[in-house]
Amino acid sequence: MSILNILKVAMRSLNRNKLRSFLTMLGIIIGVGAVIAMMAVGYGAQTRIQDQIATLGTNVLMIFPGSSNQGGVRGGMGSSSSLTTDDLAAIKEQCTAVQMASPAIRTGGQIVYGDNNWASTIMGGTAEYFPIRNWPLSSGQYFTEADVRGATKVCVLGQTVVDNLFRGGECIGAVIRIKKLPFKVVGVLAMKGQSAQGTDQDDIIIAPFTTVQKKVMGQTHLNTVLVSAVSDDAMGEAQAQITELLRVRHKLQAWEDNDFTVRSQTEIANAAESTTQVLTILLASIASISLLVGGIGIMNIMLVSVTERTREIGIRMSIGARGRDILFQFLIEAVVLSVLGGTIGVITGVTASKLISALAGWPTMVSATSVAMAFVFSAAVGIFFGFYPARKAAMLNPIDALRYE
Amino acid sequence: MADTPLITARHLHKTYSMGDVEVHALRSVSLDIHRTEFVAIMGASGSGKSTFMNILGCLDVPTKGEYLLDGVDVGKLDKNMLARIRNEKIGFVFQGFNLLSRTTALENVELPMFYNNLSNKERTERAMEALRIVGLADRHHHMPNQLSGGQQQRVAIARSLVNQPSIILADEPTGNLDSRTSVEVMEIFQDLNDRGITILLVTHEADIAEYTKRNVIFKDGKVRTDIMVEKRRSATEILKTLPAIGDDAGEEEAA
Repeated sequence: MSILNILKVAMRSLNRNKLRSFLTMLGIIIGVGAVIAMMAVGYGAQTRIQDQIATLGTNVLMIFPGSSNQGGVRGGMGSSSSLTTDDLAAIKEQCTAVQMASPAIRTGGQIVYGDNNWASTIMGGTAEYFPIRNWPLSSGQYFTEADVRGATKVCVLGQTVVDNLFRGGECIGAVIRIKKLPFKVVGVLAMKGQSAQGTDQDDIIIAPFTTVQKKVMGQTHLNTVLVSAVSDDAMGEAQAQITELLRVRHKLQAWEDNDFTVRSQTEIANAAESTTQVLTILLASIASISLLVGGIGIMNIMLVSVTERTREIGIRMSIGARGRDILFQFLIEAVVLSVLGGTIGVITGVTASKLISALAGWPTMVSATSVAMAFVFSAAVGIFFGFYPARKAAMLNPIDALRYE
Repeated sequence: MADTPLITARHLHKTYSMGDVEVHALRSVSLDIHRTEFVAIMGASGSGKSTFMNILGCLDVPTKGEYLLDGVDVGKLDKNMLARIRNEKIGFVFQGFNLLSRTTALENVELPMFYNNLSNKERTERAMEALRIVGLADRHHHMPNQLSGGQQQRVAIARSLVNQPSIILADEPTGNLDSRTSVEVMEIFQDLNDRGITILLVTHEADIAEYTKRNVIFKDGKVRTDIMVEKRRSATEILKTLPAIGDDAGEEEAA
């Protein structure tokens, strides 16, 4: 029997019991739909985290000084003052895999403009801070290397700060007060949105680090240094070069641990990604259970169908159907059920994930892989759970089957 | 080849075991059937005639003995080869018609040809030709439940014909039919036999057996009598003497 004819026979017999066929398919529809929707939610979360991490710059390394140790009391990471401006200069000069470097010293403070005030993060960097973080301006200009050398009181504002201090008024050229010191606003940064950790990246004021060090914080060491590698591939090399250089500069012996830490964004990204991956796998495996239940439903109804149609099987065998023909007939019927269910399930799943996006505001993404997998899985479920009933039909003795009432 | 019998059965035995009890359905049956013969197999129930029929129809295999169909030793074939023989060399007609329900007459007749890969066009042509032979070409789109018993049996006969089998095996083909319709069915069989088709039918009605050319009577799993019919009845002649109680079309409307 040709495959086309088998398909026709299968479609017809499913058509005869429309409600029964639909209810059987419903198990697969729900299973596939759930898998697709859950994977879409998982992938959506993962993509959003990846996007957020990309806003930090993918080829960025962060250097922190080690922890301080004063009479056995250890401070947290970055509490020691081992990282200096000279280290920064040496890194820029000697590490060939390093393209740019900027300190990132961070403090908080109250900012005042006219009648408005706002507490924000104050970040000290060089002019290279902006290209390292891949952060464009929306208006005005960046501060310059000359401003850094001269420790001038200029600053660039994030959008959130602008919104809260100026409330729509012109801000370029205005003078704001940071911890009572006047700073001239030279530029406004483009919006970056939330970070991977959920903080508002636009709630920030960036000023030359020399100004922040001397006039705001009164310290000489650096809390953090941001470094960009010449390319994404050179990250490992840059990390190795910096580690080697700093060990020499800090006069560490071979048996001593590093008094600094070099971390890359990819490490943070990987950690975040593996968390969402676990979540996705968890959701998908719960959903697959309903696919399994759907498969059992198919097996159940195919067994009923084989019993009901014993006489038909006998007739077909008496006129020359081989066991193989009967096997294929019932197997194809099961596969048609499951693949049809899978198709409707994919549509349901895509619709459901769109609804989740619209109603709950979660980002969702239906990947081609998950659709393809749903198809393959539903066909596999059909073959797996359809095989036993089909084999049972094929093994029938024609005489007994013909006599069956 | 002309004198080689179409069917050669030599010392066929068939034993069923029902739990501890052994049932001997056939005890050494030997029979030759030649081409263009029209044989009625008779006997009481339990005489082994149905078992014999199942073996001849390759639905069952003998426990012991030899069965040659068209020179092929059927006892040495596997299940798939038996299915192929059933498809190509044997046409079955059953007492209960055994048509697929909710499937048109034409599709029922086409069914055997699905298993030997004919083109769609040839399949339909051959099925229509077979329906024409049994006089039902105009009802090819009817479902079995829209046909009378006699018509259903004629569809079944058409189905048995389509693959041009060496022999038609009919198991009590008139068992579910009234006497006039039975004669009509026998008329078709006689007509087919006149066209050179070998027919073997099982019946327990003596008058039905009189339409055939040869009667074989089974008893207790053995052939007891094997005689040629001397005064063969012609179904066409008998039908003329029977009162016309309305044709099949009338029955259909009544149903």
